[in-house]
Amino acid sequence: MNDTVISLDALKIGSRETLAASVAGGCSSSTCGSAAGPADMPPQIWEKVKDHPCYSEEAHHYFARMHVAVAPACNIQCNYCNRKYDCSNESRPGVVSERLTPEQAARKVIAVANEVPQLSVLGIAGPGDGAYDWRKTRATFDLVRAALPDIRLCLSSNGLSLPDHLDELAEMAIGHVTLTINMIDPQIGTAIYPWIFWKGKRRTGLEASRILHERQMQSLEGLVARDILVKVNSVMIPGINDRHLLEVNRVVKAKGAFLHNIMPLISAPEHGTAYGMAGQRGPTAAELKALQDACAGGANLMRHCRQCRADAVGLLGEDRGQEFTMELVPETIRYDPSKRQAYREWVAREREDRRSAATQAQAVTGGTVAADTPPMLAAVCTRGGGRINQHFGHAKEFQLFEVDAKGVRFITHRRADNYCIGGEGIEDRLDAVIETLAGVPIILCAKIGDCPCASLAAAGIEAIDAYAHDYIETSLLDLYRQRHRQAERRATRA
Amino acid sequence: MALQILAAQCSVCGACEFECPNAAIKFKKGAYRIDPSLCTECEGFHDSPQCVEVCPVPDTCVPARPAA
Ligand code: SF4
Ligand code: SF4
Ligand code: SF4
Repeated sequence: MNDTVISLDALKIGSRETLAASVAGGCSSSTCGSAAGPADMPPQIWEKVKDHPCYSEEAHHYFARMHVAVAPACNIQCNYCNRKYDCSNESRPGVVSERLTPEQAARKVIAVANEVPQLSVLGIAGPGDGAYDWRKTRATFDLVRAALPDIRLCLSSNGLSLPDHLDELAEMAIGHVTLTINMIDPQIGTAIYPWIFWKGKRRTGLEASRILHERQMQSLEGLVARDILVKVNSVMIPGINDRHLLEVNRVVKAKGAFLHNIMPLISAPEHGTAYGMAGQRGPTAAELKALQDACAGGANLMRHCRQCRADAVGLLGEDRGQEFTMELVPETIRYDPSKRQAYREWVAREREDRRSAATQAQAVTGGTVAADTPPMLAAVCTRGGGRINQHFGHAKEFQLFEVDAKGVRFITHRRADNYCIGGEGIEDRLDAVIETLAGVPIILCAKIGDCPCASLAAAGIEAIDAYAHDYIETSLLDLYRQRHRQAERRATRA
Repeated sequence: MALQILAAQCSVCGACEFECPNAAIKFKKGAYRIDPSLCTECEGFHDSPQCVEVCPVPDTCVPARPAA
């Protein structure tokens, strides 16, 4: 198993990792998506999601996506958006993305594809609306498609202009579209959208929200009719649309959305947004979870999208965007497909291996542990590949899993800011990490220092590095089985 | 009369550029500018100036002051 680990590392370009590490937070969408594998969906759908990290929980272990900010013009105003910064549609507010011309964007995509073999998706997701600023979106997609025929193209939109481009989207083989839908009741929309620009006029109030709502429904229906996978994003705004999102979930599911992603409003006065200035708060983690739980059984819920920067580049919780700013991209650049090809072949084998290892482990555990044994919760430090392959001190986020006799389920990710700066653990950061892990009794990582290990133990969290570089599922099932056996032995002795 | 863009406020989103029916708005040296010889305040095309209608920053597309 170890040589496969090395091949993943060899393919990963590590030279500028320090730069990447300096970028906070980062790309997300990776643990979101449907947890299902090829056995759980029709083959033509699996074909579309298998290498899209945002649409498939399984794919996020292997593939990366990047965004380019090429279409800054927008045709609506949202109360959670300040145009001087990125739109919160699919990105964190308060961070400005690098704006590119379509030609620059295409060069950047090639530069990234040459260096990051995991790259599988190019998204245009704001600031601005790609369907409204269509000429630039179209030019970018055309240039990139010509250079990299196998890349997936992904567009994110508020839906107002999108119905005008449905046939073009289908012709261009855009496989994935994200629509931001915050309401299906225009009355509620009036508290979210102060105005829209429609047919040469600025519209406000109920009229604005009514038009927007109608166009959003046309977009959703038109996309579904053309077999384009739709992810719906909704921003949860306490007191405004929080309970209403249950209804939104029901309707978008009925209309054929593949995924529904409920994200929390991020709001602070310094963002300069209408909500920020008015003191509108975002939801607490508990409120968000309660709403997501209430929606379970609706459209596949994308559990924990990490709202990402509009120009993020990367896999998992990383953002390597700063390595590929325009001044670092050469004037002329040629695409070299060899790395991506080698990577794809490796992924195909690795996936097969991982799946059969997990199935085997599952059979053993299912056979030895009674079905009604309580589940075990554990956190994992991973850099991708579905393996426990990250040092505890390097983890910017922990992935939480639940194991029982039925198998391993991804629960959520929890963010932890890197406590390990320049190799030195800083005490209060570690405290913050311990707080993040509240309620999680076990953490699996590739390596951990003695000090943090002792502090974790003092907080009742057991850190285990015995499964370093092994598959997540297999390790968790093995640990669960062991713990179960120990408990049984204790019981017979007593 | 023509309109002008107050560059200090402009978010450089470019929405006005492609809404302008006279192609009077161009991106030059990092800023959007209205060519006063092309701007008709949208007369003959729309009831109101399109750049004003679409601009997300209040009071950024405003009547041009006559050259001093
Ligand atoms: S636009 Fe959204 S779904 Fe598409 S790649 Fe970007 S984050 Fe993922
Ligand atoms: S007023 Fe009309 S013609 Fe003049 S710059 Fe604005 S959009 Fe163009
Ligand atoms: S619409 Fe307004 S903010 Fe956008 S480029 Fe034109 S003047 Fe600037």
